[in-house]
Amino acid sequence: MNPRRKKRLLITSSLIVGLSVAIGLTLFALQQNIDLFYTPDEIINGKNETGIKPEVGQRLRVGGMVLNGSVQRDPESLKVSFDLIDNKAGQVTVYFDGILPDLFREGQGIVAQGVLKSRNAIDAFEVLAKHDEEYMPPEVADALKGMDHLKTQQSN
Amino acid sequence: MWKWLHPYAKAEKSYTLSGKLMPWFLAVALPTFIVGMIWGLAFAPADYQQGDSFRIIYIHVPAAMMAMGAYSTMAIAAFIGLVWQIRLAEMTVAATAPIGAVYTFIALFTGAAWGKPMWGAWWVWDARLTSELILLFVYLGIIALYNAFSDKVLAGRAASILTLVGVINLPIIHFSVVWWNTLHQGATITKFDQPSMATDMLIPLLIMIVSFAAFLGFMVLYRFRNEILQRESHRPWVIALVQQSSSSVNKRG
Repeated sequence: MNPRRKKRLLITSSLIVGLSVAIGLTLFALQQNIDLFYTPDEIINGKNETGIKPEVGQRLRVGGMVLNGSVQRDPESLKVSFDLIDNKAGQVTVYFDGILPDLFREGQGIVAQGVLKSRNAIDAFEVLAKHDEEYMPPEVADALKGMDHLKTQQSN
Repeated sequence: MWKWLHPYAKAEKSYTLSGKLMPWFLAVALPTFIVGMIWGLAFAPADYQQGDSFRIIYIHVPAAMMAMGAYSTMAIAAFIGLVWQIRLAEMTVAATAPIGAVYTFIALFTGAAWGKPMWGAWWVWDARLTSELILLFVYLGIIALYNAFSDKVLAGRAASILTLVGVINLPIIHFSVVWWNTLHQGATITKFDQPSMATDMLIPLLIMIVSFAAFLGFMVLYRFRNEILQRESHRPWVIALVQQSSSSVNKRG
């Protein structure tokens, strides 16, 4: 390889490496902010790395699984409340007044945006269903029922 | 080792080779598209949760994968173009960018159309969606930069550098669903594990991916040939080619 090419190779490679390092460090520093949501455990016990807990009154998103049997609907209005759990110890209650997405059901992963009312209660103004990456026909899903495949997909 | 490649640094050689390859790519792209579409839309079973809405995956996933595939092609070409100063590599960058941009747009659009009924929102600023949007902007930036210079040698170099800067986005897009909490689901097939998809849904998806890839190849070669003709329009071989084809048109007409 002639020296001019070698020089260009060096410049181009260092451009790529330098930029990757810069962007990598930036993303690492912003890690907490890029997360779309808190998990219930992070709301109660704080983020894993920093231990920072969200404050009461803070606007946030929470993502987790709807606990089986926790959905309570107000018969007079659209008000609904349900508990969210994750694969750790966290459990928070979400209060919502509005129309839930089609995929909302017990055992389903959801992301709610709202205001933290108390240590473990959220007043949500938006509820989004989070779908997992599994696709299967209904017969297969029926056959898998009872197995824990739905429980393994947590909010990550 | 690379000796056999050397003749293709010449525009004329590359022009003829890509002309020969083009029909083959189309011959793969068209039948696979028809088979994949019909199979995916009509015969694949509905999803247990999403019902028929999941079928958008047959456009969304191939488009998103090939949007990134097109960008990888451009990045490799840009690197070769900058280090070995091969103009044809820079032309490849310019030829691929608009196609990649269209694929990215298709992925974003179909994703939004699926997100509204399934998630309950057209758009969420999570890491996957945002990084994919950045990919679209990078594509548009490369196209704009290439067209901003009247000197195409300079334009090719500038576009190549921008391409290399943007390549960092690719791993971010791919791993965004792993590194951060996102609303977007994780990878279904591009992971070192069994695909989390029933086989009779997966096969049409794979066919569609092949189809989108082949169509990408066809379009890139098509635009690449155009790019060569435009940049080399003053060269004797292009003039000879034009005269030849115009005389054959005259004979026919």
